[in-house]
Amino acid sequence: MNLKNSFLLLVLFFVPAFLSAGGDHQNGDAFVAASIGEPVNLLPLFAADSASAEVSKLIFNGLVKYDKDLKLTGDLAESWEVKDGGLRIVFYLRKNVKWQDGEPFTAADVEFTYQKLTDPRIPTPYGGDFEKVVSLAVKDPYTVEVVYKEPFSPGLASWGMGILPRHLLLHENLPATRFSRAPIGTGPYLLKQWKSQDQLLLQANPRYFEGRPLIDRYVYRIIPDQATTFLELQTENVDFVNLSPLQFKRQTDTPFFRRKYQKLKIPSFGYAYIGYNLLSPLFADKKARQAVGMAINKKDIIDVTLLGFGRPATGPFLPESWAYHPGVRESAFHPERAKALLEEAGWSDTDGDGWLDKDGRKFSFTILTNQGNDQRKMACEMVQKRLKDVGIEMKIQIVEWGVFLKEFIDKRRFDAVLLGWQLSPDPDVYELFHSSRAVPGKFNFVSYKNPEVDRLLEEGRRLFGEEARATVYRRVHEILSEEEPYTFLYVPETLVAVHRRFRGVEVGPAGIGHNFIRWFVPEGERRYKSPDRRFWA
Amino acid sequence: MRGLLYYFFRRVGGLVPVFLGVTLVSFVVIHLAPGEPGDAGAAFNPKVSAQAGEKLKELYGLDRPILAQYGSWLGRFFRLDFGNSFVDGEKVTAKIARAVPVTLVLNGLSLFLILLAGIPLGILGAVKAGSRLDRTLTFFVLAGFSLPAFWLALLLMSFLGVGLRILPVSGLTSLFWEEMNFLAKAMDLARHLLLPVLVSSVTGLAGIARFVRSGMLGVLRENYIRTARAKGLSEKAVIYRHALRNALLPVITILGLSVPGLLGGSVIFESVFSIPGMGRLFFQSVFARDYPVIMGVLVLGAFLTLLGNLLADAAYRLADPRVR
Repeated sequence: MNLKNSFLLLVLFFVPAFLSAGGDHQNGDAFVAASIGEPVNLLPLFAADSASAEVSKLIFNGLVKYDKDLKLTGDLAESWEVKDGGLRIVFYLRKNVKWQDGEPFTAADVEFTYQKLTDPRIPTPYGGDFEKVVSLAVKDPYTVEVVYKEPFSPGLASWGMGILPRHLLLHENLPATRFSRAPIGTGPYLLKQWKSQDQLLLQANPRYFEGRPLIDRYVYRIIPDQATTFLELQTENVDFVNLSPLQFKRQTDTPFFRRKYQKLKIPSFGYAYIGYNLLSPLFADKKARQAVGMAINKKDIIDVTLLGFGRPATGPFLPESWAYHPGVRESAFHPERAKALLEEAGWSDTDGDGWLDKDGRKFSFTILTNQGNDQRKMACEMVQKRLKDVGIEMKIQIVEWGVFLKEFIDKRRFDAVLLGWQLSPDPDVYELFHSSRAVPGKFNFVSYKNPEVDRLLEEGRRLFGEEARATVYRRVHEILSEEEPYTFLYVPETLVAVHRRFRGVEVGPAGIGHNFIRWFVPEGERRYKSPDRRFWA
Repeated sequence: MRGLLYYFFRRVGGLVPVFLGVTLVSFVVIHLAPGEPGDAGAAFNPKVSAQAGEKLKELYGLDRPILAQYGSWLGRFFRLDFGNSFVDGEKVTAKIARAVPVTLVLNGLSLFLILLAGIPLGILGAVKAGSRLDRTLTFFVLAGFSLPAFWLALLLMSFLGVGLRILPVSGLTSLFWEEMNFLAKAMDLARHLLLPVLVSSVTGLAGIARFVRSGMLGVLRENYIRTARAKGLSEKAVIYRHALRNALLPVITILGLSVPGLLGGSVIFESVFSIPGMGRLFFQSVFARDYPVIMGVLVLGAFLTLLGNLLADAAYRLADPRVR
């Protein structure tokens, strides 16, 4: 064999090896997200603020998760079975999952996490979700069985709680463990470094059970000032930020932005509402609440406070949810009908001062909202103007959050509030509207009591399966819209900018994060070099 | 020298009760302020059970009388144990130790710049008092003093960072700084520090410059200056050897008072530049009602204030024989 041939052989021998190494040609680059707040605690049990939850989700997995269409699907559990009409749930776990330190994930970890969730000495805010669980038993290393006191369908989603590694935490004091700043999970990214008030650096987990993420690194930058964030965006030093409606519409309307960034509108999981105190004599009467709802122009509020980036809300469910009743119409803007309704309820302007009165009392109330949310403040002002047009006097009071909860909500010292709820995809609104929750410290602070709604909400918790539950929640939607304990105002859109070099970005009902591990940057467009191979070992 | 040592110990002894008083008052005040740990985050969320708050209270002993809590805090303090943060369980000392160097370097550098520029400007203003130059200097120094730091910062960031792209916009380091070589690291850090140091120097210059100017003006009117001039010394010798040394004495006091300032960051300034310093640490801990961290920062501040006073007094005694 001459030299030439041996060279050819060498090439033939090496090319396939080369190609297979090139199989990860899509791997590379880094994704830089900017956040105003810093994560507080990455342990899923304590991750209550949005920054902690966002990062925690990259590091940990639950047994189940919501897919891009907001349907529950397996995560660490391959599948599950609901038995005895919901009294027992059996989870079958994935068998090939490894913790980021190489140890295998088993049912013992699930048991450990459950024990911590229900441990009275551990101040986790999520304990309530598991109160109805009687026991959790490990059937074999990859099967766990959960027994419930009574069927509780929202409980299924609560198993999306991130599972903790037993082998690392068994002897740790969770509220003060170092692990919360240096966590080890099963998730797609592992935390490499946390520089306080500066950034968190995460790195793709090569062992991730759904496949290694294509973006090598994930940087979570903490930039506390919105103006600074925007300047950093203009220098392409951040790849992903939330924009305000004004930034989205005007400030990013430049050739540079159109070339470099994709601007996306994502349905947000929340709504704003006016909640009435049904114990107040003004709003005990349904007609008064409905009249206020009709006197308000929701469309206007959306156009002004959100610059149009939102939809009118008609009930307590997300428009994308299967629980949402598409037939329910928002209370339309109709001042004349509002006046007629108020007249029916006995309100009229007898003394001719421009304000309605009844039995010598003027229709006048104060609306409360929390400090630091300009959109809500603006919405209050617009409501004020519309109510004045129908003869209702409304004063606005803006209160600091802590005081707001303690002095006004807990003590029921309010006529009406303008607030918002964040929603989880499960439609269970028991905590907000069931009469048993109209007690101090619980969340039915408007004191809404309706036996039919009570019965439906109980049934919705008992039933499993979306179709069966959908009928129940659609009826709840109808009743709430008719009785109007809340006037549902709007569902805002989350506005974001993503750098254009990222491919595979897909907007679904669940937002854009759902397929993040499949995002990639084509070679040649990458902005950050990855460290050499040794770095990965 | 013995006298000085004796003086020193007497002064330190006198400061201990003051220090303890400061801690007591701070402790009581922050605990009496409305709000509780855990309020700031997810308190209003139907998924969050009310018990979490109760468990927290018990865990940290917040249900005990305030003075009892202060007693146990003091006990731990004497063992130099500042406790762990309520928010994430991290040691308070670790949190403070991370923020201190950042703020110290930043404030140290800008104090140095301020002295470097402020003293000559002050002298110039005094020597040429009333001239057009003096008035121009006064105008610019006061303009710098009056500009809001965050506004100046944003303007410079937008102009130098976004417009010309010659300086980084915010932060202390670029991304993946750890992977750079030593020289690149140093360059990167210096580029990031340039704007913050500049802005805080420009806005802080006025104090020293005006102080030196007025001190100098006072000294220049003294009889011994006239004597110095009368015996035919050069103007340079009069100003630098005779006048300046006396005019700088009050600056020692200012330096002493700025010792706590070296570690006190400004929230707004640090937020705009996205710098992980003391100001943000304190601000966040107050909002989260993170009592151990608040106390840690306050104790440090009180300690430095007292230390600064002490040092200034001691330096005064060294520098000025009349005080001894």
